[in-house]
Amino acid sequence: MRVCIVGCGAVGSLFAANLAQLEDVEVWAYDASREHVDAINATGLRLSGAGDVVGRLNATTDASELPPCDFGIVATKAMHTDAAIAATAHAFAEGYVATVQNGLGNEETLARHVERVIRGTTFPAGKIVEPGHVQWDVKGDTTIGPYDDRTPLEEARRLADACSRAGMPTTAVADARGPQWRKVIFNASTNPIGALTGLTHGRVCERPDLRALVSGLVDEGKAVAAAQGIVLDSDPEALIDHAAKPEVAYDHKASMLQDVEARRQTEIDYLNGGIVRFGKEHGVETPLNEAIWALVKGVEQSWQP
Amino acid sequence: MAPVNVCIAGAGTIGSLLAAHLGRVTDVSVLVRRDEHARALNSEGLRVSGRADFTARVTAATEPADLPAPELVIVACKGSDLEAVADRLVGEFGEATVMTIQNGLGAEEVVAERGRWPLLSSVTFMSGTRHSDTHVEYILDAGTWIGPNRATTPADARTVAQLLITAGLKAEAYDDLRPAQWSKLIFNATVNGVAALTGLPHDRHFAEEPLGPLVHALMDEGKATAAAAGVELAEDPWEMNVFATQRGFRHSPSMLEDVHAERPTEVELINGSLVRAARSHGVPVPLQETIYALVRGKEKSYS
Repeated sequence: MRVCIVGCGAVGSLFAANLAQLEDVEVWAYDASREHVDAINATGLRLSGAGDVVGRLNATTDASELPPCDFGIVATKAMHTDAAIAATAHAFAEGYVATVQNGLGNEETLARHVERVIRGTTFPAGKIVEPGHVQWDVKGDTTIGPYDDRTPLEEARRLADACSRAGMPTTAVADARGPQWRKVIFNASTNPIGALTGLTHGRVCERPDLRALVSGLVDEGKAVAAAQGIVLDSDPEALIDHAAKPEVAYDHKASMLQDVEARRQTEIDYLNGGIVRFGKEHGVETPLNEAIWALVKGVEQSWQP
Repeated sequence: MAPVNVCIAGAGTIGSLLAAHLGRVTDVSVLVRRDEHARALNSEGLRVSGRADFTARVTAATEPADLPAPELVIVACKGSDLEAVADRLVGEFGEATVMTIQNGLGAEEVVAERGRWPLLSSVTFMSGTRHSDTHVEYILDAGTWIGPNRATTPADARTVAQLLITAGLKAEAYDDLRPAQWSKLIFNATVNGVAALTGLPHDRHFAEEPLGPLVHALMDEGKATAAAAGVELAEDPWEMNVFATQRGFRHSPSMLEDVHAERPTEVELINGSLVRAARSHGVPVPLQETIYALVRGKEKSYS
């Protein structure tokens, strides 16, 4: 089996280095960072932290070097999906492309470029500490499933089996929208509140007015999911309260807060923006998500000269 | 009443602009908190640059008893300092009329419960930058609106408005200030809150996609609250917003400057007043509640 990781940042690297441990899987990685790619080709892709692994794989910044692949795993930031899949689509002419990205709409973008798409949601996390070396912060599960009937569940199972054997526990299900929407609702209801106030997750949750706002955002997201017949695999509220505990993620600065502090474009269009867009398509009002989306867009605009 | 002796309590940006301008046409004393501030004003006077260019003589002190008895006191401190400044007026200036000029709602009540002075209400749209204890830059030469409150008449409001005009400022008197005060309240709750949260100065973004529709919806909630409170607005806050964003000047609302400097903001007098008024009249304002909660949260993130 040949797998190409499209976007070999922190999450992409977790899949790439672990899959490279399997004898029956040949791993390629496509990434825009020349330094990262050169380091991977020279000394391998190293993970440390939650697991210590060195993966030997073929990395490239030139998509035309990619051979035909059985599977793609797209792990770019959501705003780079279109460019990344446009460049690499030729490698998946006979294969299947899975997304493990944050947010809503990545599947639709992939499906504009490739035939067979797999929806996915992943929880493991890490960060690149230097080219060729990723710190693995959090282990976690991945759920994937066919985007439409052009992808048989059996093919999603083949990919899930390989990931699980490689140490990235992955489940294939017929409808992967439930886990996806649970994570999107969690992220959309908490990340931008941290980004707008500067508060960590735990400090947001201990302020009754902000916690009520979080619940208002969750309720809108749930209503949009329900209007599409999506059954959440668990209640995002439970996840939010769990994460607020001191021993879990009380002091965690949401990735969007880190983005705002570094003045990097955020994923707001694919989180709250996605909930608003699906809400409009299904006749569900989402005024709070729309307000939060507009405020974070305003933050991004304030960085322009 | 034609006040010949005016006391400005609190010499921040607005207080400094008022004290300097009035100092050109009448006797002005300034009540400040710090000794060195008082000494600097007494020795150097108060300089205005920008829209005007002059230096005025003022008398400054840190104790009301050290100032000449005023006929008019303008409490010009920021809303976040109002209670502390008002506390210092207790038992003082018995012959004076006291005018508040803070953003939001409720400043009059804070002063009223501390003494029996006749009260005037006012709101101001002028702005500037305070460069030092003795130098303020006059940036936006917009008006100050004045109306009667406790034991004062429309004629008293007109007298003070005329005094400000004579001093080179813009002013207008109203028989009932509430329509103007509420227009500004809705404008400030929305514009200052959104500016503080996004980091944007008040510019074209507030009237365009994607922020414009949010600004409009926030103002609609404010207008519904005013209607429920029986207030007919003097000006449409959305039109005020569009006008202000078209004049080609990127004004930094005070709440934005406060969060940049990690200072307490006026969120309680402004956003808090609007949200509490909405709650008491049973008007749902989920978007204004959102801005209020977010700004309060942002204040908690200060290091």
